[in-house]
Formats: sequence, structure tokens, C-alpha cells
Amino acid sequence: METVSAINTLRYEAEKCANCGMFSDVCPHGVFEPGEMAASLARPEACMECGACAVNCPTGAIEVDSGVGCAYALMLAALRGGEEGCDSCGCGGGEEKCC
Amino acid sequence: MRTATTKITGADRWDHFLARWGVRRSEHRVEPGLYGVGRPTADSPVFVTANYTLSFDAVRSALAGIDGYVLVLDTQGVNVWCAAGKGTFGTEELVGRIEATGLAEVVSHRRLILPQLGAPGVSAQEVKRRSGFAVEFGPVRASDLPGYLEGGGATPEMRRVRFGLVDRVVLIPVELRHAFWPGMAAAVVLYFAGGWPVAAGVAAAMLAGIVVFPVVLPWMPMRDFTSKGFVLGGVAALPFAIALARGGKGATWQGWVWAAALALLAVPVAGFLTLNFTGATPLTSRTGVRLEIARYTRPMAAMAGSGILLVIAMVVVRAIGGR
Repeated sequence: METVSAINTLRYEAEKCANCGMFSDVCPHGVFEPGEMAASLARPEACMECGACAVNCPTGAIEVDSGVGCAYALMLAALRGGEEGCDSCGCGGGEEKCC
Repeated sequence: MRTATTKITGADRWDHFLARWGVRRSEHRVEPGLYGVGRPTADSPVFVTANYTLSFDAVRSALAGIDGYVLVLDTQGVNVWCAAGKGTFGTEELVGRIEATGLAEVVSHRRLILPQLGAPGVSAQEVKRRSGFAVEFGPVRASDLPGYLEGGGATPEMRRVRFGLVDRVVLIPVELRHAFWPGMAAAVVLYFAGGWPVAAGVAAAMLAGIVVFPVVLPWMPMRDFTSKGFVLGGVAALPFAIALARGGKGATWQGWVWAAALALLAVPVAGFLTLNFTGATPLTSRTGVRLEIARYTRPMAAMAGSGILLVIAMVVVRAIGGR
């Protein structure tokens, strides 16, 4: 599957798309648009890798590496060499603001 | 089944105020479960939300004049978007909550309306398979629910996350609160080390990164958050740096060094704050944030490190020179 933008990990395979329209229901940035036979990419660079499309695509035509994207968690993970996650930024429903 | 009103009371507003300031962060919770709003019947729609008071109150207040049910998931007091990201607003919890509340006996239909921003955590197909309920992703904003019901679906406008001025400004209090004690500590140390313009310059840069940045975010031309922060921090500290360089009684080399130290501290501090703000927005991707971290962590550390060294050097010089 091919990556569609240099600044994110969104991958899309139009041949697999059943054109069900779920992509436009879940994407908050209008990355996909309804097409004739398959969804077409309208704004691939706007993807924030939330993963909603991949989770809800019934045919597996979309893939994206989603995960906790808060800078604090990423920096902590880089420093500790551990997993990136909400536990590392302390926002697991606990003290801090959420990421 | 519990009932909920659609009114937001003074006590609710106070709770929202405290939540915005991050006071008792994890305690702004609603009991998870099924709530009736208005006079719901077996045909009434079911709206799903998180058990964060701000989320729940947004939904129930949008349902004024509408009879329905609100199914509150246990997200541990976290909003829909963040909870969906970490999976607590998720398929498992939803399927479990449908069972625990006996929703299938309460309503005759098999349809749930979920907030669109819950989609990263919820697989509609899997919920359907496991519970028999069809998931319909409603609008991004709860306030669009009446229009969604009336129009029989979401308009493209309702599907987009906007992150407008109000959405950005409400995040300032919690950021201020987080930065308060580190900021105060830095200001006190810098005041004793270099006097008030240095302390005030760094404080101004912090305020620029925390207060000004969310306001001006979409109007600054730079692409990434960190470089916007660099510019804001530099501009905020500039008057203080000029005051230092000029000195009270004319320019001295010490004044110039203090001005340089201030710039070296103010710029990365503001950049660090704005880089962290990426996590509070619905705009940035993890890949993008990684790239920014990779690009700016070393320059920021180098600047801040040299700034601190300059401050230490000046304190030592003053101690040795006795002046």
C-alpha cells in the first residue's frame, strides 16, 4: 500500500475501496471525498493520523499509523527509550491535561 | 435509568470553569450509564458520549426539546476525542455498556448516534456484529445535534473539526496552570541572578507561548508550531533585551551579555511551550510532531543551555569582581 503524503503515514488502496462512504463520515479533516467508483483523496496533507478511517473501513483499503501524538509523550519516550503512550505523559485519566 | 435535564446551571458552569483550569482534573465525572432526556419512548434516539462533565453537558444541553437517551461510557473523566485516541471511548466499552444498561430492552430500534470524534476508538462494524446495534457517526460538535436530527444526517460542515478562536482560547487556563510554578521558579532565580528585565523578559516569552500563541495560531505564516513559538518568544522578550542592552546609565558590555542571555532563554522556552501545544490541538499528526521534535530539540537545548551558561558566567564574574 502506498503512502499518500510525505508528512504522514496515511496509506490508501483505491482498488480495495467499496465506496461505502464511511470515510467521509469519520474523517474530521475532509481528507477523502466521495468519488465515482472509490473514495478519492482530497486533502492528504491534512491527515492527523487519528485512525478513525482505518478502524472503520470495512474493506481495509485505508491504513495509518495512529497513536498518541502529544509532544510531551514523544519527548519523554525519546528520553526514556520506552513506548510512547498516554501513561508516559501522565494523562491516563489522571492528573494532567489529556494529549 | 437515570434522568438528565437539558439545563446548564450555575453549579455546572462552576464545574466547567474548574475543569478548564485543571482543578481536580480527574473528578469532573458523570456516573456512566443510561440517562433519559425529556420524555423518551422506545423509538427515541440514543446518543453516546463520554463521562467527562464538559462532554456530557454539551450533549444534554444540545438536546433541549428533544426526547432521547444519553448512553454515557466510562472514559475515566476524559473527553471523547482523547478517550477515543487511547481506546477508552472504544468498541469494548460501548459493547459492554450496551449490555450493562440493558439498552436492547429499553429501545425497540437498534441505532446509536456517536460523536464523530469518537470514531478513532469505535469500529462500527464490530459494534454491529457484537451488539446488534448500528453505529451512526453524528456531528463533530454536540451543538449540531438538533440540525443533524432535523436534516437526517450531517452536512460536510458538521463533519469538520474547526478549532476556532473559542476552542483555542479555552485551553489557555490549563496551560497557564501547568507553567505557573516552573515559570515562577525561573523568574525568581533570574531576578536574583540578573535583575528584573531578565526575569520579566523570560516571563513575557512564556506568556507569549501560552496566551498569545493559541489566539494567533492560524494567522502566523510559519508551518510548524515551534517556529511560531520562536518568533513569539523573541518578539515578547525584545523590549526587555533592548532595555538591558541600553542599560540604565548607558550601554555596558554586561548589558549586552544579559540581553543575549535573555534572547537565548526566551526563544527556546516559548518554542518548547508551543511545540507542546500540538498535543492539545486536533490538527497535528504524530508523524508531524515527531519531525518537529527531531528538528528542534537540539537547537532548543543548545540555545537554552548557552543562555543558562551565560547567566552562570555573569553571576560568577559579578561575584569575583565584587560588583
